[in-house]
Amino acid sequence: MAVATVPETLLAPAGLNRWDSPWLNTKFVSGLVMVVAVLLMGLIGTRFWPERLALVASSPINLPPAWVSPNPQFGPPEAAHPLGTESNGRDILAVIITGAPRSFQVGLIAAGIGMLVGILLGFTAGFLGGWVDNVIRTVADSVITIPSLALLILVSSYVRVVDISSMALILAAFSWAGPTRLIRAQVLSLRERGYVRMARLSGISSFDIMFREMLPNMLPYLASSLAGNVAGAILAATSLEALGLGPTRIPTLGMTIFYAISSSAVLRGMWWWWGFPILILIVIFTGLFLMAIGLDEIANPRLRGASADA
Amino acid sequence: MRGLTRAYLLRRLGMYVLTVWLGSTIIFIVPRLVPGDPVAAMIGRMSQSAGRVENSAEIINAWRARFGLDAPVPIQYVNYLRNAITLDLGYSLAHFPATVRDMVAQAVPWTIGLLAVATVISFIAGNLIGALMAWAPTPRWAKRLLPLSLTFTSIPYFMLAILLVYVFGFGLRLFPISGGYGRGLTLGWNLPYILSVMQHAILPALSIVIASMGYWALGMRGMMITNAGEDYIILARAKGLSPARLFLRYAVRNAVLPQVTALALTLGSIVGGATLVEYLFAYPGMGYLLYQAIVSNDYSLIQGIVFILILATATAVLIIDLVYPFIDPRITYQQR
Repeated sequence: MAVATVPETLLAPAGLNRWDSPWLNTKFVSGLVMVVAVLLMGLIGTRFWPERLALVASSPINLPPAWVSPNPQFGPPEAAHPLGTESNGRDILAVIITGAPRSFQVGLIAAGIGMLVGILLGFTAGFLGGWVDNVIRTVADSVITIPSLALLILVSSYVRVVDISSMALILAAFSWAGPTRLIRAQVLSLRERGYVRMARLSGISSFDIMFREMLPNMLPYLASSLAGNVAGAILAATSLEALGLGPTRIPTLGMTIFYAISSSAVLRGMWWWWGFPILILIVIFTGLFLMAIGLDEIANPRLRGASADA
Repeated sequence: MRGLTRAYLLRRLGMYVLTVWLGSTIIFIVPRLVPGDPVAAMIGRMSQSAGRVENSAEIINAWRARFGLDAPVPIQYVNYLRNAITLDLGYSLAHFPATVRDMVAQAVPWTIGLLAVATVISFIAGNLIGALMAWAPTPRWAKRLLPLSLTFTSIPYFMLAILLVYVFGFGLRLFPISGGYGRGLTLGWNLPYILSVMQHAILPALSIVIASMGYWALGMRGMMITNAGEDYIILARAKGLSPARLFLRYAVRNAVLPQVTALALTLGSIVGGATLVEYLFAYPGMGYLLYQAIVSNDYSLIQGIVFILILATATAVLIIDLVYPFIDPRITYQQR
């Protein structure tokens, strides 16, 4: 990036320079920065901040963040617990550092599986057509209409979730329908494009046409959909946890919100207890959301042009 | 029956039945995947939370007989489906003599009222904001201000609800933060009661509206941009129609149609999000009832509520889909 000082005209003969790359979309990049920042906080943070402070009774209870002026209601703020502690003796900073990567993990696993199933079913439906298409489309459409959170609540109230990966698997069972629908529509529209017809005429196998000709052309759409689905899966996981249906030993961000709600931290004025987990989640959601919109604009130049004059 | 062909009607009704059947089948299967039978599992949970359960053997036998669990699974399934169709959802475990149907029936009006009002407001406001953002003649200051309303788009409803409770309930003490109506009021069509209901609904509705508005605005903006260069808009402008008429009757009217389809598709997640909002505000609807059922391990109530949520959402989507051809005359649903 050191060449940034070179006059643009020297680098770009036809008005196309490296800074014109559609991937340098403002929304996409700022979203990516937010997501990476939270991930780094989790990855680097565990090196400097002991993870065991996230366990119950590891710290004094009810301390406000270090910069808050002492309040008779709560203990005196301590530098050892910069973001304060909650009523079960957990250090909020440690909770955030250990919780944020877990949220990403759940989201990525669930959305990743959903996306793989979606690619498989979407291509099958769009490419084969006929009754296969009818069956897949009808089932996917039905699953989309079902309020998945309700079924997730049912499942996790029977199968009390104990760890992150079983949570992710349960969520994955409901996150394939959206991608299937999207990919099927894309396949249908790409199927009649010139290069696909050309490939078919050249006698390339259906498999190669699907995965070597069409799939690369869908990548921005898929990436946008994946970013949206990761956010959706994290939201579903957080919602279940906020109802108390999540892993209990090592707190996740959602479980922390649940503990805060059930100890009525909101009405006791302990804003740091629920405020910091929510802040981190908002950064995650906004980051993923911006990435999804940015990727949409990368995939669809019409939206991009419009955003310039808006 | 303009545009609504018989084949489409049949297909759509078939999908409705399929959706409800899929949902209720999952509800039937999940408890049976857990090791042991559902009754033993319930007793297990009860003893876990209560220390021990008196007369557990008798309860198990009574419930087995009640559920017909001695019968083979296919027969249980047929019975279950028959009961589901007649909305016979069994008895609540935690509040025994009460039937699930009665408990749900009390909660349903609250949820439908809250959700209908909040969704309609958010749909109208969001689409209007989105349309204005993409409309060239919109004043410059408005174009700067409007995107601010999208700030909360990516925040889940319930997180916004916590923030609102903190600001308005704890900080400013402006609005009541729990329940559906004030204590000691006579239920019915009297003014103090209605006012109290509205006052209690403001914060829950506000959190749904603020959080979901941006979704509509973004979609609408995209559609308006796509339609902006169409010939019929240019012709309408050339005819010298008033800007307001051009905006509402030509641009917005065409751009809003796909948004109605989007409403049908997202209704499921709106219902899910509202469930948590109700729980936070202890609003006497389905969401709060569901939370109470989870806390008290009331499995038959959980199943009943989940079934009703699926049924209601599927029905609402069916209605939207069937009304759609009437608002968009271009759709004909001819057989391909």
